[in-house]
Amino acid sequence: MSDASLNHPATQTDARFGDYFALLKPRVMSLVVFTALAGLVAAPVAVHPMVGFAAILFIAVGAGASGALNMWWDADIDRLMRRTARRPVPAGKVSADEALSVGLTLSVMAVVMLWLAAGVVPAALLAFTIFFYAVVYSMWLKRSTPQNIVIGGAAGAFPPMIGWAVATGGISVEAVLMFALIFAWTPPHFWALALFMNDDYQNAGVPMLTVTHGRRVTRNHILAYTIILAPVALALLLTPIAGPAYLVVSVVMNALFLNGAVAIWRRDEAVAASDNYKVERSFFRLSLGYLFLHFGAIMIDAGLRGWGVWP
Amino acid sequence: MSFREPHELHKRRFSLNLGLGLVLAFLVAVVFGLTVAKVSIGGFEPRPNAAGAPIAAPAKPAEGG
Repeated sequence: MSDASLNHPATQTDARFGDYFALLKPRVMSLVVFTALAGLVAAPVAVHPMVGFAAILFIAVGAGASGALNMWWDADIDRLMRRTARRPVPAGKVSADEALSVGLTLSVMAVVMLWLAAGVVPAALLAFTIFFYAVVYSMWLKRSTPQNIVIGGAAGAFPPMIGWAVATGGISVEAVLMFALIFAWTPPHFWALALFMNDDYQNAGVPMLTVTHGRRVTRNHILAYTIILAPVALALLLTPIAGPAYLVVSVVMNALFLNGAVAIWRRDEAVAASDNYKVERSFFRLSLGYLFLHFGAIMIDAGLRGWGVWP
Repeated sequence: MSFREPHELHKRRFSLNLGLGLVLAFLVAVVFGLTVAKVSIGGFEPRPNAAGAPIAAPAKPAEGG
């Protein structure tokens, strides 16, 4: 923050507390909290509630910090996209330098505090997640390859693995499968968004699959990745953390998701444009419910085991 | 003794400063709670020496030293 910014006269662009909070991408943070909590409660090791609360808090802060670093780096293209133009940096409420400061400070704080609260393994995983999102995805992949969200999706897939590591101090097959679930879910989720927000990415020069290969190829990819996603999701049923709730959710939601992907695959551009991408928007909303219900079911099954209802 | 009239900057930044203050207070509470939890869980006892006996606590310094 410069002296000039301290002393400038009152204007409508003065940053409020909420503007700094918005730097942390609260909606993404809520998903991180939810999936990390699922990893934590699904683990077969009890965690002191205060330690668990602090760990989830610092995982969320770390995720928020990587969001701030992303906003610092992507301020130029965020300005060009309708979906992101109102973010604090492109809107002129917070300077890019401030976003960088907030991101770096909170990154260090979150990793150190998670280390003190839960140990070196979850802290190292959180540090790697921040690095992967800010550097590998934002700085490198996002502007260089249409596979950006396929590889970059790993950053969003780590939280349940970190939650698991908080409880157990390590990584196991269950944690890897929860990671794989989010990793395989990410491409169809973002490509559905890209189908009806393609102009944004085109204007900003972001090489999303819709921009580089067109919507037809993207529709094919959505179907292919949704087919891959189904066995990945069902594979968790082979582990002790999945019970009856997960069985029901996984079977129903994968059937619905496959049905939606087939519907997207069968549509052509003329039909999609005529109804303003109704099916694609519906598939995008379904994808949010898909992830929420899968991890919700994991927590319900952990509760059933805790109450002795399920072995 | 008199308080100075708050600067315009203070009024303008009040919500920001209040929010930051509350966040810092919350962080202090979390660190305190975490410390209490860690101590109650255990694992901070003196490590045993090679013979298996706990290492004695360091002797208190002499009075008036």
